[in-house]
Amino acid sequence: MSRLYRVLAAVVVCAAVAACGSDSSKSGKPSSPAAAPDAKKVDEKTASTITGKVVFEGTPPQAPVISTASDPACTQANKGDLKSERIVVDDGGLENVFVYIKDGLGNKYIFDTPTEPVKLEQTGCHYVPHVLGVRTTQPLEIVNNDNTMHNIHGMPESNREFNFGQMVAGLKNTVTFTTPEVLIPFKCDVHAWMNAYIGVVDHPYFAVSANGGKFELRTVPPGTYTIEAVHEKLGRQTQAITLGEKDKKEITFTFKAQG
Amino acid sequence: MTSNLEPRASIVWHHRYAKFVAACTVVLIAAGGLVTSTDSGLSVPDWPTTYGLNMFAFPLSKMVGGVRYEHSHRLIASSVGFLTIILAIWTWRIETRRWVRWLGVACLGAVVLQGVLGGITVLFFLPPAVSTGHAALAQLFFCLTLTLAVVTSQTWRDAESPVDDPSLRRLTAATTAAIYVQILLGATMRHTGSGLAIPDFPLSFGHLLPPSWNPHIAIHFAHRVGAGVVTLLVLATAARIWRRHSCRPGLKRTVTALVAFVVVQIALGAFVIWSGRDVLINTAHVVNGALVLGTSLVLSLRVFRGLSAFHGATVPGVRGSAGSACSAASAAAEARS
Repeated sequence: MSRLYRVLAAVVVCAAVAACGSDSSKSGKPSSPAAAPDAKKVDEKTASTITGKVVFEGTPPQAPVISTASDPACTQANKGDLKSERIVVDDGGLENVFVYIKDGLGNKYIFDTPTEPVKLEQTGCHYVPHVLGVRTTQPLEIVNNDNTMHNIHGMPESNREFNFGQMVAGLKNTVTFTTPEVLIPFKCDVHAWMNAYIGVVDHPYFAVSANGGKFELRTVPPGTYTIEAVHEKLGRQTQAITLGEKDKKEITFTFKAQG
Repeated sequence: MTSNLEPRASIVWHHRYAKFVAACTVVLIAAGGLVTSTDSGLSVPDWPTTYGLNMFAFPLSKMVGGVRYEHSHRLIASSVGFLTIILAIWTWRIETRRWVRWLGVACLGAVVLQGVLGGITVLFFLPPAVSTGHAALAQLFFCLTLTLAVVTSQTWRDAESPVDDPSLRRLTAATTAAIYVQILLGATMRHTGSGLAIPDFPLSFGHLLPPSWNPHIAIHFAHRVGAGVVTLLVLATAARIWRRHSCRPGLKRTVTALVAFVVVQIALGAFVIWSGRDVLINTAHVVNGALVLGTSLVLSLRVFRGLSAFHGATVPGVRGSAGSACSAASAAAEARS
């Protein structure tokens, strides 16, 4: 009987250790293939560049003004001119689109993972930037610059969901993701209008369209790739592209206005 | 040790207190409905603490945005929990009927479990099954407190025989059960994000039946079918009481209130769709749903106990409920109360 108790105790302790030992950075199933034994670093001398633009076709909708009346600190910070960043069009180009190499790299290359954190700031009761990319296992530092409280609720599907609070200005928390996932929605449940989207990839070839919908992917090794553009509301599009050595190619994605 | 000679005043006050707790439960359901309607359930990410603080020490100045709804819900829930502890102890001490004493204990157990479920659903990011269970138990807790309020009334104690109409007893029981199932469907709809899966009303995508189906549409449509079933059952109950028990004004008054609540509930449901889930309308739909359930439960208890009126028993939304009975004995019981 006492042996049975010992076994049960061991199981409970193991379960507790497993539960306590796992955090958002250690969970999730790895989906990227492990580098092949002969995998190498990308030769920058022969690498190519992909430039492009995300075009918005149709009449861009007026960005609605967000009511921040539920929190005086947010109203004070914005003076009533906080607008939705859901669809941002500049000079016919759609911004805040996450563009990345979805397929084609295989396990031929080794990429160093940056250790410096990517920053997601809560400033004026909205996320800055609204869309950003981060590498797997790279730290994502989330900062509260506001004179009010926020909760940061990440809602991934392949990585581990999390939700924590930052009660006062100046607080920082760091999270990491182990599994590539595009896009992970972030929200603040205190301020229902606050949303951000994070693209997590296991290589350095990603960008977020800006400055009139433009983007650039540098030092891409020669090969044939599937490039995907993802917008939080307008969905996903893919294109195939083949790069030779020292190539410079341009691609365009076009998203249409929705009725 | 308690006895039948317990001072009448304490019995009366205990009954009044039970009614008060039942009324507070309706307020708690309203607060919970607001949390879901405003999507604020995770605005306080921790539990039982609030942003790391003892929940009772959380500063009022920080009650902003979604925190205002979620933390208020927690405070009201704690208050109702405290009131229920008193109710259970008071019932245990004063009550001579063993089953009523255990009914008080059941109320306490339900409110404790409800608090734990509320915490679990926050810590696990609102899984639909747990959140729906939380909503379902809320209604069950309301039914328990309401039942305690009804059975502690003096007229319940004085009544002697059920209404001599087995069909009516079956009908009221079936109606109450159907309303509870309908509320479960509504809770499932809310917590799976299916509230606007069918965007028009009374038609479904312009048709009598949805032209295409997915789980969200199915849940939503089931709630609409449930509304039809409940309405038919309530109308059948009302017709039977109005035709065969017209000499029992208490029953008539309660079933009239039930019909009124159902009419309001259907209208609120329609406006939930037409307004695109307006927060206040959505919450009013949840609260009125509880009142429909509560009124049907009180009606069932009255029919099973055989009272034409419960002097002072809680009928949600109905003031006073004294009425005459068909039999001389019941009339005498009313006279005594």
